[in-house]
Amino acid sequence: MVGEVQVMNSSLLVLYNLSYEFGAEFRRFSLDRYQPGKFEDFYKLILHIHHIANLEVMIGYADVHGDLLPINNDDNFLKAVSSANLLLRVFIQRQDEVDYSNFGTNTLSRKKKALVTLRNDNLRRRPHINISMPHDFRPVSSIIDVDILPETHRRVRLYRHGCEKPLGFYIRDGTSVRVTPHGLEKVPGIFISRMVPGGLAESTGLLAVNDEVLEVNGIEVAGKTLDQVTDMMIANSHNLIITVKPANQRNNIIRSSRMSGSSGQSTDSTASHHSLPTSHVLQNFHPDEMESDEEADIVIEGGLEPQHIPKLHSLTSSSLSRINGSSLSHRLQRDLALNNNSGRESNGNIHKLLSSLKTDPRHSLVIPRGGIEEDGTVITL
Amino acid sequence: MRRFLRPGHDPVRERLKRDLFQFNKTVEHGFPHQPSALGYSPCLRLMAIGTRSGAIKLYGAPGVEFMGLHEENNTVVQIHFIPDQCQLVTLLDDNSLHLWSLKQHGGASELREEHRFTLKGPPGSPPSATQITAVLPHSSREVLYLGTESGNIFVVELPSFRVLEDRTITPEAVLQRVPEDYCNRRSCELVEALREHPKNPDQILIGYSRGLIFLWDLQNNKVTHLFLGTQQLENLHWQRDGSKFVSCHYDGSYTQWPVSSDNRQPEPLENLVPYGPFPCKAISKIYWQTTKNGLPYIIFQGGMPRASYGDRHSISVVHGSQQTAFDFTSRVIDFFIIFSSEPTAEFDDPSAMVVLAEEELVVIDLKTAGWPAVHPPYLASLHCSAITCSHHVSNIPLKLWERIISAGSKQNIHYSNMPWPIDGGTSIAPDPPQRDLLLTGHEDGTVRFWDASGVCLHLLYKLSTVRVFLTDADPNDNMNTLGEDEWPPLRKVGTFDPYSDDPRLGIQKIYLCKYSGYLAVAGTAGQVLVMELNDEDAEHVVDHAEADLLQDQEGYRWKGHEKLKTRDGPVRFEAGFQPFVLVQCQPPAVVTSLALHSEWKLVAFGTSHGFGLFDHQQKRLVFVKCTLHPSDQLALEGPLSRVKSLKKSLRQSFRRIRRSRVSSRKRRGGSGNVQEANAKFDQDTLQEMELAPVQRKIEARSAEDSFTGFVRTLYFADTFLRDSSRHCPSLWAGTNGGTVYAFCLRVPPAERRMDEPVRAEQAKEIQLMHRAPVVGILVLDGHSTPLPEPLEVAHDLSKSPDMQGSHQLLVVSEEQFKVFTLPKVSSKLKLKLTALEGCRVRKVTVANFSSCKTDDYSENDLAVLTNLGDIQIISLPFLKLQIRYPCIRKEDVSGIASCVFTKYGQGFYLISPSEFERFSLSTKWLVEPRCIVDMPEVTSNNHVRPKSGMENTARKSRLNCCSVKGQWRVPPLMLEHQEVTADLTLMDILQEFHSKRLGMFSDACRLLHCQHMIKPF
Repeated sequence: MVGEVQVMNSSLLVLYNLSYEFGAEFRRFSLDRYQPGKFEDFYKLILHIHHIANLEVMIGYADVHGDLLPINNDDNFLKAVSSANLLLRVFIQRQDEVDYSNFGTNTLSRKKKALVTLRNDNLRRRPHINISMPHDFRPVSSIIDVDILPETHRRVRLYRHGCEKPLGFYIRDGTSVRVTPHGLEKVPGIFISRMVPGGLAESTGLLAVNDEVLEVNGIEVAGKTLDQVTDMMIANSHNLIITVKPANQRNNIIRSSRMSGSSGQSTDSTASHHSLPTSHVLQNFHPDEMESDEEADIVIEGGLEPQHIPKLHSLTSSSLSRINGSSLSHRLQRDLALNNNSGRESNGNIHKLLSSLKTDPRHSLVIPRGGIEEDGTVITL
Repeated sequence: MRRFLRPGHDPVRERLKRDLFQFNKTVEHGFPHQPSALGYSPCLRLMAIGTRSGAIKLYGAPGVEFMGLHEENNTVVQIHFIPDQCQLVTLLDDNSLHLWSLKQHGGASELREEHRFTLKGPPGSPPSATQITAVLPHSSREVLYLGTESGNIFVVELPSFRVLEDRTITPEAVLQRVPEDYCNRRSCELVEALREHPKNPDQILIGYSRGLIFLWDLQNNKVTHLFLGTQQLENLHWQRDGSKFVSCHYDGSYTQWPVSSDNRQPEPLENLVPYGPFPCKAISKIYWQTTKNGLPYIIFQGGMPRASYGDRHSISVVHGSQQTAFDFTSRVIDFFIIFSSEPTAEFDDPSAMVVLAEEELVVIDLKTAGWPAVHPPYLASLHCSAITCSHHVSNIPLKLWERIISAGSKQNIHYSNMPWPIDGGTSIAPDPPQRDLLLTGHEDGTVRFWDASGVCLHLLYKLSTVRVFLTDADPNDNMNTLGEDEWPPLRKVGTFDPYSDDPRLGIQKIYLCKYSGYLAVAGTAGQVLVMELNDEDAEHVVDHAEADLLQDQEGYRWKGHEKLKTRDGPVRFEAGFQPFVLVQCQPPAVVTSLALHSEWKLVAFGTSHGFGLFDHQQKRLVFVKCTLHPSDQLALEGPLSRVKSLKKSLRQSFRRIRRSRVSSRKRRGGSGNVQEANAKFDQDTLQEMELAPVQRKIEARSAEDSFTGFVRTLYFADTFLRDSSRHCPSLWAGTNGGTVYAFCLRVPPAERRMDEPVRAEQAKEIQLMHRAPVVGILVLDGHSTPLPEPLEVAHDLSKSPDMQGSHQLLVVSEEQFKVFTLPKVSSKLKLKLTALEGCRVRKVTVANFSSCKTDDYSENDLAVLTNLGDIQIISLPFLKLQIRYPCIRKEDVSGIASCVFTKYGQGFYLISPSEFERFSLSTKWLVEPRCIVDMPEVTSNNHVRPKSGMENTARKSRLNCCSVKGQWRVPPLMLEHQEVTADLTLMDILQEFHSKRLGMFSDACRLLHCQHMIKPF
């Protein structure tokens, strides 16, 4: 089922147009352009209007460039409404018919032209994946600073917050050829040598074997040894930003005059708000973000029961973690009981508890499989 | 984003930095690595040592030291002082000659290379034609005689090194005189020895290796005497009056030859095989020293019976009926005799024998009955047992200093009282500013206390922990007690003993409280000893406790070594530090951190399993804490299983290096080919290693990594742990997995100290998100000054810490420096070193830097050594990088692991197993040699009148008066001794290890330790 919705330019008036596969139906209703409300309500409204409340649908819209983009959360709903020019064309598709590879491409106006895409072929041909609501997602990787980097370079950000996957790649020494005032010169460089199957680096599709590593979190690697670069990457592993010169230059972003952000799936539009770069300055860092890992140190304060020597014989549990963690887990459970009546089985509750332990609640902690691991009194996130 | 901005250049701060910080490598302490040549100037009374890496070091009176490095880094084969000059000539194994001079510059003498020269033969001649085998600097100081492999003796002019071709002595000229029946084609090959006649400078004695010896007249260019030796010649020695000389031979014999004026064919006076009749090893050098009483001293190297004692490194001294074969634990490089150099003296009257062995310098007093050894004031063999850790204590109170010296003097009674016989030159360096102790822990369970105040690193006292334990070796077993009629009369001398009875005895951590004299020492098998200084011998029982760091966990099995067995009952201890408490960790893993609080009478210790706190007053374990991660199987099984293969490969690489070195001893015959083959072999294996792709895995640290529970640092602090109104004693521990534990301690007041137990309660736990190993913990007081050491305030040596303002906690991990608030721990400030620079913290200390311009300004900073060998100074409390100096090569893993900083911005690190390099980061505290060597006064008859001792002392005091400290300095010559091959192999192995992510640092170091090198923690 494909539907179309047209939103009038008026701030309050909405022209609504729904078309079935071989016909169209127009509906019109009003939305506040700047406060369109929640996506949830919009979704319900559409289902209601079309009497398809029992169907799982995917809502998409055509942006000003004619790209088909999804509407599936408050943010992109707001974006869709606020950026609409005269009409907002809305597409409604059954969830199981959605071709995800069409999103982010010029599906509507310039169908199947030489498309610029950041995903590799592998990913595109993947069969339908049933993606649930995006607020259950968090970014895994992104290409950033597209507008300030040379087209031959790519700056990739890997988010590892609570990710279960290993970062999963190897680097090696190598030589690269540089253009210098004295002509071409061979200089030592650092290259990606291997990807771990199933690792974060591989799954993003943004890094590949033989890509040359130019920078790590804004620091040039030129002149640094393999070990130094390794240490820098590991030290930044929670939020690793690697600037590479891809070995395969065919998939590069061709920069056009239009604003970035239109093919928003892969580039962070935030970059464009910043001024031109000075050397080594990463455009995409909000200072807060830079500090993010700092606050993540876990501090457990308070009156843990003293450990007595000789050890109490009652503690003859077979598990080391139980013994060592006894005092802390008591406390944790107590706190859990205070904070949430549901007990500690729920991941969400633990999540909240841990968030409250932290000094800064801005950062969502994502609990890996198994939630909290207790070993000794250490909490591992 | 601010951290990416360039730090602002505050001109005031920049100027202050120049007044505070300055990097210098000042002096090398210890024994030169791989010595290869020895020289001595009787007139300058200076000794020179050359090494395989091309260094030469000159030593005179204590504090008089010079150092030079040949650019070629080739082995120094021979060293010859030019008679009566401040000059010396070195011969390297690339056949190059180098002329060095001591020249005064800016008030102090300097060693400079003046000329270099390589002897060139006529075109087309084989290389052996010019391969120098013997060097004779003539007493005229104008020429050098160079004996070669071809048998030619070339004459070169000094200092220009111009070859005087018309004066070359060719074998042909000699052979004319040789009788037909003796003569054969090869009798004049290879000049073995050149000796000038002691009385007549126009005659030189020339010895060929085939045994032919002749006296050559320089005036008439002809042979005056021929001596037809039948044995392969090793060396020659003139007797003082020039009437006789001695030759020593390959078959272990020596021969005395008369030099008479008549024209008869000389016959040997005496031919003796001292250790015959069975086949003997060669006598490679001999001295014949005359004395007033007529009985000569005959001193010779080698000559031992080949079958039963052929492996001994011996020098025999024979004087009448007395005969001793001094038996050295390492190969003898060379030796010389100090005798009366007064030209008018009738006899040699030898006073001392100076022997350079491969691993130590031994000086024997020949004047005192029994020929005791002389305690050298420098050139100490730091590695007489491998160094496993070191600890520096600055500014020792005089009382403790004197007590340590007195304990040490009781150990040194068997040494001779003779003043140090090599006493040339005058030290004009200012007296050291304070008394500093460097403590080194050794593999054999000893701790050596070194006077590190000045240029001479001098052993004060040696402490052994062995007595506490039962070991296989009987401590009363004395190698020296040989029966009366033993033959040969061997006597072990020297201290170098690389064999450890039991590696578990090895010392890993040392902590000395300079105020109380309490010393804590911890070792390889989890043993922790607390000791007290006692001026008398005593016999007492050592209290023994066990700390079960696993707390009886089931399912874990320690596969490492067993704990040490203790001695039951009272043990007799000599005066000095005497143990009174022994705590043994269970499992008996290496103690990785140690802290002692002498005021609270507590000792804390940590291993890879956890940490514990022991009350050494009540002799009671206060608590233990297991830090182990259940998945960390490696920590549980002990280090043995997984290191094996690596150990093997390391051993092989060492063996290969050793093999290539052995062949370079003397360049003769086919040895060149052997070397080439070795070099090729090395190259091939290196290439093989390079073929394996070097790659590094990029992976975040996880809790499952190995050795996360490894306790890296322990720290006592009196601070605000719980609330901001009440401070209390606390113990902090940091682990390899980035965890910091804080325990609140309740120490009863002094009057009830014995009645109430010390209590501990865990108050905080911090998990650093980046999980890097915690290498340092420090609490800053309200004025952001680090808390003083225990008892420092009580002894009025430090201001009381500020307890009004809020305290801050500084946690240093390998990757980051972070300041947290206290008592509520929240991040305040940080410096992310690794993320920015890719280097990691290896060592960190608070150091106090004083300005060289103003007396009243000083500040505390962090001195940091990184894994790249850089030293960085980071300000406190704002964590701003002040300055960075490259110090140690990053491949030099053992150097980096051995580095210790002092409290006043100096430091030490090992440049070889036997040498510490001393460096200074401070403009104010510099300890470096500064000395003067005077040109000998030459009298008309070309002989020297040495200055009297009186004159020397007068001069010294005068110079001391006028020397202003540190206003003028020479950039010291730096030495890099490491063998390239050794480093490469080591590095490759380490990298391979690193890529496997098996806790590279700890393991690599453990391996080094296996190889008798340094232990880092």
